[in-house]
Amino acid sequence: MNSQPFLRTFTAPAVLCAFGFLAAMAAVLQFSLRAYIPGSLEPGGFTLANFADLLKPLYARVFLDTVWIAFLTAASTLVIGYPLAYALVRMQNAIVRSILLVIVVTPLFLGEVVRTYSWIIVLGNNGFINSMLRDLGVVQQPIQFMFTTFGVVVALVHVTMPVMVIMLAAGLSHIDRDYEKAAASLGAGPIRTFLTVTLPLSMPGVVAGVTTAFAWTFSAFATPQLIGGGRVNMVSNLVYQLGFASFNFPFAASLCVAGLALTIVVLSALRLAARPLENISPH
Amino acid sequence: MPRSTYQRLLDVFGKLAVLLILGFLVLPAAVVTFAAFNDKAILSFPPQAWSLRWFTRAINYQDFRDGFHNGLIVTLWSSTIALVVGAMFAFVLDRYSLRFKATLEGVLLSPLVIPHFTVGLGFLILAAQVGLTRGYPVVIACHVVLVLPFVLRSVYVSLRNLDQSLELAAASLGAPPLRVLLTVTLPLLLPGLISGWLFAAILSFNEFTASLFVTEQRTQTLPVAMYNYVREFADPSMAALSVMYIVGTAGLIVFANAFLGLGKVLNIEQNR
Repeated sequence: MNSQPFLRTFTAPAVLCAFGFLAAMAAVLQFSLRAYIPGSLEPGGFTLANFADLLKPLYARVFLDTVWIAFLTAASTLVIGYPLAYALVRMQNAIVRSILLVIVVTPLFLGEVVRTYSWIIVLGNNGFINSMLRDLGVVQQPIQFMFTTFGVVVALVHVTMPVMVIMLAAGLSHIDRDYEKAAASLGAGPIRTFLTVTLPLSMPGVVAGVTTAFAWTFSAFATPQLIGGGRVNMVSNLVYQLGFASFNFPFAASLCVAGLALTIVVLSALRLAARPLENISPH
Repeated sequence: MPRSTYQRLLDVFGKLAVLLILGFLVLPAAVVTFAAFNDKAILSFPPQAWSLRWFTRAINYQDFRDGFHNGLIVTLWSSTIALVVGAMFAFVLDRYSLRFKATLEGVLLSPLVIPHFTVGLGFLILAAQVGLTRGYPVVIACHVVLVLPFVLRSVYVSLRNLDQSLELAAASLGAPPLRVLLTVTLPLLLPGLISGWLFAAILSFNEFTASLFVTEQRTQTLPVAMYNYVREFADPSMAALSVMYIVGTAGLIVFANAFLGLGKVLNIEQNR
């Protein structure tokens, strides 16, 4: 009897999908090595000129900004998301826990456009915060949130929060609570127990969360496009602009390849840096 | 052990922090709701008069209608294809040994960390190279790849939690593999399959960045139509549409949580 029935039938569609995806990625890679012929959609011969162009201050700057924004977002999301994840996992009341879960998870599925639009209404010069402050007499002139790095980061933190909380909660939920009880019975206070037992044990969740938050922020397009309004640019905005405003697809492709390489480098560095921390785990 | 004032203080402080964070999460949705029901086109808080006119406008706006229609086509196809492909491969992942299994899994999961603008650009260039116009097939293929990781994970988790002795019992009673699969495994997997499909459908319907690259006027999905609207107009029709979106999505999530247990799917249930 065949011990693995349906093996081929079940694997074939997955292989097809993987090949389709790899072909698309190969297309990007191939285009990144082709010359751009102005006014033509067809690329020219093979060249490394696109990658040399990436080093120009204009483009290098966008890369640095992107990494900086992604870093700020991941760090803020971690700090704000941790208490929420903790509450989500440790909440005893099942109904309150369900409500928390729905509040946390719903934004994940709302998509970037709706959420970014909501933040425009909150942060705009005539938006919620500014009209509140004006009515209360706190400010005469509106505070400029739109088109600033701060505004973009606030919205991005909101966009990445659900996935961070889910990753952190997954890490926290797998902690054996006997360790905490042991620490408490040995006389450690709640803060000390948290800092020396719970936090180190939740490190795998923290690493997973920060990694995903970083990758997601790097991938964000609508938020920097609409809230940054051209004054805060990330790699994604540049790729779109090059592709659809100047039809320079080879250069757009090289930006994608460089962005991907950068993501891999940063994420590997994060993983390496976190390794000693993860070894603390007694499992 | 009596709780000290210090511990109680810590408790209150923790609850306050969580409430503040929840406020931050809910704030944009609350503000958008106010704006949507506000009679005036200019934002003012609190609104002086209420009306439903922005909802009427949003529902009757042709680009939104087309976007909704296109989005449904793309979503139904892509989430269903992803479900079939993902469920089959999750089965292979859980049960079988296969050369390059880990590699194949890695490739299929990689869209989780590859920026959507890169995936979108890739499919756009690929379509142009093989001479396809930017029709539905390209959009659907792109969405299948993007939502597949979520289906794969959801079905895989359900397979892990499945009691294999039931399948063995059926097999030992003489049921051939296909019959075991269809009459035992599949029904047991149903919650996982439904939640996987639901995840995929919601994500596909909301996908924006890659869609912006691979759609054109004729195939543009709702998020793309919304993005174009925000860039051109500033009236609260978009707020009204957002409210409908938020209510619809939250409704689906509440449904998924009640019937399928989101905590289990997301792997965040505390072992009690």
